[in-house]
Amino acid sequence: MSAAISGAEILVKCLQAENVDTIFGYPGGSVLHIYDELFKQDTIHHVLVRHEQAAVHAADAYSRSSQRVGVALVTSGPGLTNAVTGIATAYYDSIPLVVISGQVPTFYIGQDAFQESDAVGITRPCVKHNFLVKDVKDLAETVKKAFHIARSGRPGPVLIDIPKDVTAHRTEFTYPDTVNIRSYNPVVKGHQGQIKKAAHLLLEAKRPMIYSGGGVILSDAADPLTKLARYLGFPITNTLMGLGAYPATDKQFMGMPGMHGTYEANMAMQHCDVLLAIGARFDDRVIGNPEDFATHPRKIIHIDIDPSSISKRVKVDVPIVGNVPDVLEELMKQLEAIGSKPDAAVAQWWETIADWRGRNSLNYRKNPEKIMPQAVVEKLWEVTKGDAFVTSDVGQHQMFAAQYYKFDKPRRWINSGGLGTMGVGLPYAMGVRYANPGATVACVTGEASIQMCIQELSTCKQYNVPVKIINLNNGYLGMVRQWQEMFYENRYSHSYMSSLPDFMKLAEAYGHVGMRIERPEDVGPALELAFSDKHKNDLVFMDFIIDPTANVFPMVSAGKGLSDMVLAEDHL
Amino acid sequence: MRHIISILLENESGALSRVAGLFSARGYNIQSLTVAPTEDPSLSRITLVTSGTDDIVEQITKQLNKLVDVVKVIDLSEAPHVERELLMIKVRATGKDREEMKRLADIFRGHIIDVTDSAYVVELTGTSNKLDSFIAAIDPALILETVRSGVSGIGRGDRMLKV
Repeated sequence: MSAAISGAEILVKCLQAENVDTIFGYPGGSVLHIYDELFKQDTIHHVLVRHEQAAVHAADAYSRSSQRVGVALVTSGPGLTNAVTGIATAYYDSIPLVVISGQVPTFYIGQDAFQESDAVGITRPCVKHNFLVKDVKDLAETVKKAFHIARSGRPGPVLIDIPKDVTAHRTEFTYPDTVNIRSYNPVVKGHQGQIKKAAHLLLEAKRPMIYSGGGVILSDAADPLTKLARYLGFPITNTLMGLGAYPATDKQFMGMPGMHGTYEANMAMQHCDVLLAIGARFDDRVIGNPEDFATHPRKIIHIDIDPSSISKRVKVDVPIVGNVPDVLEELMKQLEAIGSKPDAAVAQWWETIADWRGRNSLNYRKNPEKIMPQAVVEKLWEVTKGDAFVTSDVGQHQMFAAQYYKFDKPRRWINSGGLGTMGVGLPYAMGVRYANPGATVACVTGEASIQMCIQELSTCKQYNVPVKIINLNNGYLGMVRQWQEMFYENRYSHSYMSSLPDFMKLAEAYGHVGMRIERPEDVGPALELAFSDKHKNDLVFMDFIIDPTANVFPMVSAGKGLSDMVLAEDHL
Repeated sequence: MRHIISILLENESGALSRVAGLFSARGYNIQSLTVAPTEDPSLSRITLVTSGTDDIVEQITKQLNKLVDVVKVIDLSEAPHVERELLMIKVRATGKDREEMKRLADIFRGHIIDVTDSAYVVELTGTSNKLDSFIAAIDPALILETVRSGVSGIGRGDRMLKV
C-alpha cells in the first residue's frame, strides 16, 4: 500500500502520467499548493504567461500544432474569468484542452469568498465538459476522464475546478489505466452501407466537389484525404479551419471556400452535383445563405464524428457518422473494390473550373508607393519556403494569410476560426513553438489584434521564444473599416486608432528586435533578414506600414448566396 | 408540434443545469420539465415538453446526446406512450360552492386532499389537456392557487428507457 500524498502532488503525478511536458499558467492563492508541487519536479515545464487568456491560447495552439492535449493552469476568480475567452476560443474550434482552475476551499464555496467564482457555471456553455472536484479521492479519476473526454470523439476543452483544500487533503494515489463513462461512447466506425452508397454516388458524379474542414486536421486525416482526392481526381477545397489538409500547391486544390473564398471554390460548391463534405459543418462563413445554398440541386455526402453537425444547417443525403480517418479508409476500400473509374464527364467539369480559375480572383491591386498586405504574405511564403507554422489574429490580415500563404501540410495554419478571437496570434505562436521546438513560427497580425495580448512579448523574452511577428499595420480595424466602406457609406465609426505605439521601440523595450518597413522594395529584404540565421534566436517584430485602403476580396456579403461574390477586379 | 423528450442522466450536481442551459443557449423552448431520481439512485430521469419542427427536435435530441452526463434520450411522443401530470388546485369552498366543487372534483375523478372552513385543495392527475379542462370548468373567481408538476411520461409495452 502506497503512502497518502496531497491532492496537489496527485494532480502533478496525473499530468506526468498523461505525458504532459508543458503547461501554461499563472499562479494565485487557490493554486499555490499545486505550484509548490510543480516547483519540486522537473518533467513538466511551466510557462509563466502575463495574462491567463494567453495561457489558454498558448495551450490551445500547442494542441492545434501537434496532436496532443494542451494544458493550462489558472487560479480562482479572475484567473478563471480571464481564461474564459481562451476556453471559448478552443471550444468553437473543437480543440482538446484540459484547463485546471483553482477554487476557494470547499467550505467557502457559495459564501462570496475572496477570488471566488462559479467556474463550472461560468464555463458550462463553452466547454465540452467540466468538473468540480470536491473530494481528493476523486481527483485522479477526474483527471483521467478529463483527458479522455478532451481528446476523444469531437474534441474540446474540459475544465477541472479544484478547491484549495482538496489540493491539501491526502490520499493514496493510483492513476487509472482505463476510463469507462457509461454516458459517453463516441462512434468511431462509419456505417458500412452508407459508405458504400457514398462510393457509388462519387463514381457516378459528373460534377463532383470535395469540401473538407477542420475535422480532417483534428483527426489527423490529411493523408487518407489526399489519397482519396488523388484517387478520384476530384477538385477539393479546404475551409479556413481545414487549410493544409490537402496541399494548396496541388492542381486539384481550388483554394478556400466561403465569404473570402476563391471564385472557383465557391462556384464549384454551388454548381457541383455531388458534394463530399468531410469534417466540415456548413457554417455561415462557408456556405453563405443556407436557403440560397439549398436551391442548387446536388447530392451531399457528409462525414462527421458529431451527429449534431449533420443536417444542422443543410439537409444531407448520405450522412456518415464516424471518425474521419476510419471512414475515409473504408471509403477508399469500397472504391477500390468497385474498381470502376469516376465518370468521364468529370473532364468537362474541370474545363468549367478552368474558366472560373481564369477569373484569377486572388489578383489584387498593385501599388508601387505603398506596401500591399497580400504581397507581404506572398513574400513570407517565399522566404519561409511555404514551410512555416503561421498563426494569425482576426481580421483582414487573417484572411490575407489564409488566401496567400499556400499551406501544404496540416497543423501549420493556426487561427481562431469559430469564435474569431482577436489577440490569439502571439500566444498561439508561443504555443506552437513549445509543441514544435526549433520550428519556424510566423505570427501574421494587425496593429489592433496584436495589442490585445501584446504583454506576451515579455513571456517570449523570459523563455526565449524566437517567433517572428508580421504586423500588417494600416492604422484601422481593417475588416471593420472594410464593412463600413461597403455597407455604411464610408462612415468609419470608431475603427481608426490614432496614437499607436512605435512598435519597433516597443519590441526593443521588451528586449526584442524591432523593424519598421514602409516601402514595398524593403519587404523582401526585411523578411529575409528576420528569418535568417542572424535572428535565429531572436523574436523579430516587423511593423509593415501597409496601404490602409486594401480590402479582402473576393467577398460574399453576410446573408448572401455563395455565388454572389464581389471580386477585386470590380475595385482594381 | 409538441414533443415529449425523456432523458436519462447521471444524478450529479450540475447535470440538470447542463440540460437547461443547452435549451436556453440554443433558443429551444421548454414548456415543462420534471426531474427525479430513478429506481437506480445514480440516475435521474427528466421528462421535458418542448415544441418545434421535426428538424429542431432532431437537433434537440442530438445536442442532448452530446452532453457527457446524458446517458440516453428518446422522443417519447413519436410512438405510443402514456403521459400524466399532477395538479393541485386550491379553491374557495364556501356556501353553495362547497358542494359544487366536490361534485366537479368527482366528475374529473379528482380528490379533495385538504379541507378547511373556506377552501379545498383538489388533487387531479391526467393528461395536460384534462387538467386544462378542469381548470377551465371552475369559476376563475374561486381559484386561489394552482400548482402543476409538469408532464411525466413513459413508453407503452416493450418500449423502455433504461440503461
